[in-house]
Amino acid sequence: MKLTMASSPHSHSHKSLSRLMQTVILACIPGLIAQLYLFGTGVLIQLILALVTASLSEAIIMRIRNRPVWSTLSDGSAWLTAVLLALSIPPLAPWWVIVIGSFFAIVIVKQLYGGLGFNLFNPAMAAYVLLLISFPVQMTTWMPVSDLLADRISLTQQLSVIFNGFTSAGFSVDQLRVGVDGVTMATPLDTIKTDIAHGLTVSESMQAAIFNSWLGQGWGWVNLGFLIGGLYLIKAKVINWHIPVGVLASIAVCSAIGYIAAPGTEPGMIFHLFSGATMLGAFFIATDPVSAATTNRGRLIYGALIGLLVYLIRTFGGYPDAMAFAVLLLNMAVPLIDYYTQPRTYGHGVNK
Amino acid sequence: MEKLIAQIKQGKVWPFPGGIHPPGQKTISNTQAITRLPLPGKLVVPLKQHIGANGQLIVDKGQQVLKGQALTKPIANWSVPVHAPTSGIINDICQMPSAHPSALPELSVIIEPDGQDQWCELAPVTTPSQLSHEQLIDIIHDRGIAGMGGAGFPTYIKADSRKAIEYFIVNAVECEPYITADDVLMREHAADIIAGIEIMQQLLTPTLTIVGIEDNKPEAIAAMQAAAEHNDKIIIQTVPTIYPSGGEKQLIKLLTNKEVPSGGIPADIGVLVQNVGTLFAVHQAVYEGKPLIERVITVTGNTIHKPGNVWALLGTEIKHLLDCQGFSPVPQQRVVMGGPMMGFTLPTVRIGVVKTTNCILAPDHDELAEPGPEKACIRCSACADACPASLLPQQLQWFAKSKEYDKLKEHNLFDCIECGACAYVCPSEIPLVQYYRVAKVEIKEQQAEQVKAERAKERFELRKQRLEREQEARQNRHKRKPAAEKSADEKQKIADALARVKNKPAKGDEKSAVAAAIARAKAKKQNQDTELEPDNSDVALERAARKEQARKYKEQKAASNTAADPDDKKSAVAAAIARAKAKKAAASESDNESTSAPADDKKAAVAAAIARAKAKKAAQAVSVENDNSESEVATASPADNKKAAVAAAIARAKAKKAAPAVSVENDDAESEITTASPADDKKAAVAAAIARAKAKKAAKAEQAASVENDNSESEVTTASPADNKKAAVAAAIARAKAKKLQQEGSDQ
Repeated sequence: MKLTMASSPHSHSHKSLSRLMQTVILACIPGLIAQLYLFGTGVLIQLILALVTASLSEAIIMRIRNRPVWSTLSDGSAWLTAVLLALSIPPLAPWWVIVIGSFFAIVIVKQLYGGLGFNLFNPAMAAYVLLLISFPVQMTTWMPVSDLLADRISLTQQLSVIFNGFTSAGFSVDQLRVGVDGVTMATPLDTIKTDIAHGLTVSESMQAAIFNSWLGQGWGWVNLGFLIGGLYLIKAKVINWHIPVGVLASIAVCSAIGYIAAPGTEPGMIFHLFSGATMLGAFFIATDPVSAATTNRGRLIYGALIGLLVYLIRTFGGYPDAMAFAVLLLNMAVPLIDYYTQPRTYGHGVNK
Repeated sequence: MEKLIAQIKQGKVWPFPGGIHPPGQKTISNTQAITRLPLPGKLVVPLKQHIGANGQLIVDKGQQVLKGQALTKPIANWSVPVHAPTSGIINDICQMPSAHPSALPELSVIIEPDGQDQWCELAPVTTPSQLSHEQLIDIIHDRGIAGMGGAGFPTYIKADSRKAIEYFIVNAVECEPYITADDVLMREHAADIIAGIEIMQQLLTPTLTIVGIEDNKPEAIAAMQAAAEHNDKIIIQTVPTIYPSGGEKQLIKLLTNKEVPSGGIPADIGVLVQNVGTLFAVHQAVYEGKPLIERVITVTGNTIHKPGNVWALLGTEIKHLLDCQGFSPVPQQRVVMGGPMMGFTLPTVRIGVVKTTNCILAPDHDELAEPGPEKACIRCSACADACPASLLPQQLQWFAKSKEYDKLKEHNLFDCIECGACAYVCPSEIPLVQYYRVAKVEIKEQQAEQVKAERAKERFELRKQRLEREQEARQNRHKRKPAAEKSADEKQKIADALARVKNKPAKGDEKSAVAAAIARAKAKKQNQDTELEPDNSDVALERAARKEQARKYKEQKAASNTAADPDDKKSAVAAAIARAKAKKAAASESDNESTSAPADDKKAAVAAAIARAKAKKAAQAVSVENDNSESEVATASPADNKKAAVAAAIARAKAKKAAPAVSVENDDAESEITTASPADDKKAAVAAAIARAKAKKAAKAEQAASVENDNSESEVTTASPADNKKAAVAAAIARAKAKKLQQEGSDQ
């Protein structure tokens, strides 16, 4: 009888890459729903654009590299990158923004470094930074939540804005952003930053329409959505708790210290934790396994430093939010962190 | 320690990091009692079923053996005997594929059972407590007991631990999925196992014995607790079900919170671990006198009709096990010896069961799917979370792929126990353990090669040192003696002479040598500076060669003695004599004495010198012709470098003679003479010096003649091969005579 030979172990957990990626994409759904509800279906349009571009880019590169197209595509890593990028950019940004971003993330950041597992930088965040620096206007035209708009924008109007730049009635994105009171509305983080720069206190700034008492309207919900998704990821053992805890604890501690030091110019812990990309970054971006630290102690350090950078750039830097910059900077520090945080191996450093 | 024991007694365990929870699949096989297989038609008993050396074969082909009869006897350390599992005839003793991942052939005894299953005479012991330590160890050794948990370590060595054992741990964890052999053994034979534990307690005298059993074996725990009730030094400890808690190191951590130091053994920290099956075998060996010839094996998997545990004789072919339990193979069937995590696939079912075989797993593709293609590592570190040794499997994998062996060692690759937890959890299905195994082998090979290279280098260095030492010794020998005898001025002269010798063409074309010598002499005259310090080694070699040559000559001389043999030298001497005579005729003076004594080499030379001196005297005025003839004399003398050199010196000296400033050259010639004297015999040198001094004194009146005299001296000294006193004395006499003649000449 011919027997098949194999190397142990002969058993496997049936975990797979594609299931891992699918779980993360699924965990994005609460946050996505919040965005959809608050900012309209533009998010969905961006998502579809990103998915199509990412898939095409990956397929073309695989063909050029003479690698199997479908088995690579089906691991879902490109789709996850597309989803994360789509969730990060303004819903009404022009179509070519997300197309350039997705292409850059897949082709330059991931595949040119050798494909999945070899990229130094988080593809979604590297693409985000590219877009932010190249197209600052388009990348910062976040719409206020739809409740605050003078007119609700329909799906066809959103499509028109994304692909033509104007609605059928001839309004541009900037015009659409004008609120009921006739004032152009920025994101809460942006507003606070600008106001503080103009000498206002936080409480004065919070009087603006985009805030409800002490959180930005809607943004709290988006962050809550990503928090729920992230907790699910930890529960499903897709990610370890170390990085999110590191990021959030660090932001919390920094903002608490800042609030104690200067209450007038510091919006406080809750505001920082539930504004901007905090939750998305802590649970979905910083935890990208390829570009993050790999030891548990290292992950705590990695997360904490990201949180610190986010707080520093938000408070003292030139940008209202900083998740992408912080993640990319720490990506570079990963080999060092990993090297110095190796766990103690069994039987080492014990007394005889 | 009391605190630790108290904690252990309270049931505390210390979880190790990592670990996984693969599906247990234990209920497939642990629901029925252990059955006994029908006697197989053939038994294949490998001689080596443990870690260590083979025993020596003590049976022959065709021999009838009884059940339990020893087939081998231990000869070396760590060698354990094997026994006939049943009575029958030895059909063959040959190489058979072994129960090892490599299946490399192993010398095996093939027994055809006679069906009688007749025991040999057994020697059971009813009260082992009355036996001495050595007697018990001997019983365990002779009954062929080796660790039955997996590695097959000889039990008699462990039981005879040199180090004090505080904790004796009984491994009844059985953490691998599917396997239930220990489970059912404990259920059915708990009392015997406890008796086996007590024998080990007698041998090791531990403070505490801890039996670790996973909490998925409640029946076994209950049975063991009941059996151990009377012995308060035995603790039955329930441990959580997690793979690989049955790994020796992990179990020690789990039960005692101690870690075996990297590269060490449990005894280093006062711990000793035995498998529960081994302890049952110890009981059988002592109380029943039965050697280890059978064991419990779990036969399981979806392709087995009647999965369960069986008592199988060692040597039973896997095929027999499968057939008895009903086996319907699937395409690309795998048959695993051991569990799904650490077991290995068999290349054939025609392999005999050995002492370490605890499970035969024949899965189908649903329960244990074939591994999919390896995908890219996404550095998720699920492997690191699963690793019970706190390694970084993901990093190790990268280093193994890129063959960065130093980094692998830095990341403690050799602390990997190959439990397979990392590969089990890897979402990319990377065969991590396989990478580590290959890397380990490669590193070991590399280390072996390094050791070899280092040894070769060491040998080379030692040889180099030795050669250097020898050379130095030679040089010292060469340097020291002259240094002890000669004044600084002379030393300088020696150095000059050596330089010349060295510069001289090796193959001594005489004429060119002469020419060179002349050239050198001229150069000297112009520039009286001393020459460079010579490289002595060449000289030393040359000198040794010359010495040898000289010795040969002497021998030859001794052999031929006075007989007129066609020796070069003699002919040269003859020529010299002839010339001398011719001269003599011209000068109307003769000296018969010297010419009539050609017997000795030395004497010949002396004669030649005298002849020359006479010739000179006769000529008075320096004549070129004369010079030529003389140099010819020297040249014609045996083709020895030294002589050529001497001749050259003579030539130079003569050339100088024409000029009034002869003294320097004279000195040179002298120094050359001294240097050339092979053995630097002090006396000879002294004699020569005295002779020279005399010659000089005599020469004061007539410079030209004195130069000639010196030269003749030099020749005399040089030619003396053994440098004994006599030679020197002879030379002195010769010189003295020559002087007398000169004085006469000068008087004229």
